[in-house]
Amino acid sequence: MTYFITQFINGLQIGAIYALIALGYTMVYGIIKLINFAHGDLMMVGAYIAFFALSNWGLPIYLAAAVSMVGTAILGVVIDRIAYKPLRDASRLSALITAIAVSLLLQNACMLLFSSSPRRFPTVTANLPTISIGNSTVNVIVFISIALAIALMIILNLFVNKTRIGKAMLAVSEDMRAAQLMGINVDFIVSLTFAIGSALAAFAAVLYLFSYPQIEPYMGAMPGIKAFIAAVLGGIGIIPGAMVGGFLLGIIESMAKAYIPSAFSQVTDAVVFLVLILVLLIKPSGLMGKPEKVKV
Amino acid sequence: MPKKKIRSYLINIAAALLVFSVVYLALQLGWINSYYRSILILICINSIMTISLNLATGLLGELCLGHAGFMAVGAYTAALISLNSGLSPYLSLTLGILTGAVTAGITAFIVGIPALRLRGDYLAIITLAFGQIITILIRSLGFTGGALGLNGIPLLTDFPLTFWMLIVTMYIVYALIRSRQGRAILAIREDDIAAEASGINVTHYKMLAFVISAMLAGVAGALYAHYQGVLTPEKFDYNYSIDFMVMVVFGGMGSITGSILAAVVLTILPQLLYGFSDYRMLLYSILLIALMIFKPSGLLGQKELSQRVFQRLGRQLWGKKAQTVPAETDIPTTVVDEDTYLTEQGSGDSGVGGSSTRGQENLPVSGTPIAEAEGKHQERLGLDTQGDEPLARKQKGRR
Repeated sequence: MTYFITQFINGLQIGAIYALIALGYTMVYGIIKLINFAHGDLMMVGAYIAFFALSNWGLPIYLAAAVSMVGTAILGVVIDRIAYKPLRDASRLSALITAIAVSLLLQNACMLLFSSSPRRFPTVTANLPTISIGNSTVNVIVFISIALAIALMIILNLFVNKTRIGKAMLAVSEDMRAAQLMGINVDFIVSLTFAIGSALAAFAAVLYLFSYPQIEPYMGAMPGIKAFIAAVLGGIGIIPGAMVGGFLLGIIESMAKAYIPSAFSQVTDAVVFLVLILVLLIKPSGLMGKPEKVKV
Repeated sequence: MPKKKIRSYLINIAAALLVFSVVYLALQLGWINSYYRSILILICINSIMTISLNLATGLLGELCLGHAGFMAVGAYTAALISLNSGLSPYLSLTLGILTGAVTAGITAFIVGIPALRLRGDYLAIITLAFGQIITILIRSLGFTGGALGLNGIPLLTDFPLTFWMLIVTMYIVYALIRSRQGRAILAIREDDIAAEASGINVTHYKMLAFVISAMLAGVAGALYAHYQGVLTPEKFDYNYSIDFMVMVVFGGMGSITGSILAAVVLTILPQLLYGFSDYRMLLYSILLIALMIFKPSGLLGQKELSQRVFQRLGRQLWGKKAQTVPAETDIPTTVVDEDTYLTEQGSGDSGVGGSSTRGQENLPVSGTPIAEAEGKHQERLGLDTQGDEPLARKQKGRR
């Protein structure tokens, strides 16, 4: 039982990370109907910025996380302005190919700049106490991560639902043209969405590094895909859906890792994809999604 | 068969034979050394891959990010047959190519089931996941040789074989696109809602195109296995899929001859620029972004290098009087707006013609029902006249 609880808590932690990344996917998708393939790589860039802020500039971890969030947000907005904005009215395929190209660009640029050899993120959790559950211990950072992620999500939810700008975001995702006619500055909203999504990805990167302190140019790919699956699981384009989907996927993955015999350890990643396939087969609009109407 | 059709078949077969005999003669006489011979074979294999990916991406309009995965399925199937069947080499190669195609097709069918029933970009994610999983699977399974891969596959792939397989591939894709089924596939690319409203079974035709595309990739994989002699799972990674995607986009989404052109250029270029390999993917990504912004349809767009282009070129070069160039021989490979189509035919200066130099058939139909319906549909929408390519017209904001 304690094993189950520890695995459950681990699942919540990784799920919180997926949820934060999935929020970026889902917000961008909700507004410009684009799967931003570069989102996972934005998380990777966030990890590098946090790493340099921490080890080269000697900033404390919370400042490093803030620097990383701001830096990644700016990068996200720049990417949108340069690569995606000219394609707003182009075909989905062109936009999708551009997103893949941006992802490749980030990966390869980081590889040339920082080399492909992984760097080790300094441990900031060494002095923190551990909490024992039965006969196993869990570092308190795990709980802090989960709490921080949830706090951030609550703030985001309040922002989106209560403030004027947040409501404008919802309006744009509902109908971009109508929102524009109502006097909403759509370009600003799109940029803001990219900024928020990227900042959340950077924050997720810092949380990710607490548990997996390895930084390399391809580190964003897998969490990126999994977070996308989490977004689809919860219902793509729906903000609470991404949160639920993220936590659920984290728990599923953690349980799969815990209970699938280690001989098949490489197959655990496949479990996550199985979730995607099942969602697409059974309820493609996701857990919290409503079936979409097709309009011409 | 109409006379015109037979004539263009003959011209294309003659052209293919001419190209083949020139290159083959050069190979036999030793003008081309073994290094360039292997590049020639690689060009043919990459061309097959690019054409097959173009069928899924350029003609069907679905993004496939795991095409190297289907190639891997074909390659490993063919290699295992060659290594274990005990048949005579060429018999097992033939068997390998056929089974490779079939297994890749079956895999594509399974991969396609969840994604192709839906609207939206799910195929991109599913194939991306498939590309990752297939390498993991090959690495963990016993009979595929694990991470060490398969060794000692007989080197049976030579230039004539790959060349004629490429011709067959071109023929298959052209014949498909000219057929009723092909029209349906193009209609889906242009507007799946309109296609569905016209009574086209969208999922069925999406699946058809996707499975054929994967089968051709399986053929390319089988050829590759017997060209390289060694197979490792790492070879068929994400970047390899992206290589083909770059070739498709570079050559022109929907252009078969453009695919070949791109495969030739992008196969030779990395070989020439040795030491450029570190920057290759970086440059590819910048190239892709720039292409998407400035010329989203790729270099050739949906145009083809066709008989007409060469005839016109010949006329210009030798200043001959206009020969019998039947104006209505070609219909675009694309479903073009009526007005665009008319202007292009009227001005007569573009190579929209769908007929290529090789393996094609001409249907003297001007404006199929689908094209007309589509054209009117687009006209009625009338939202975006700025896009100069039909592909660019698909509205993204639409839900």
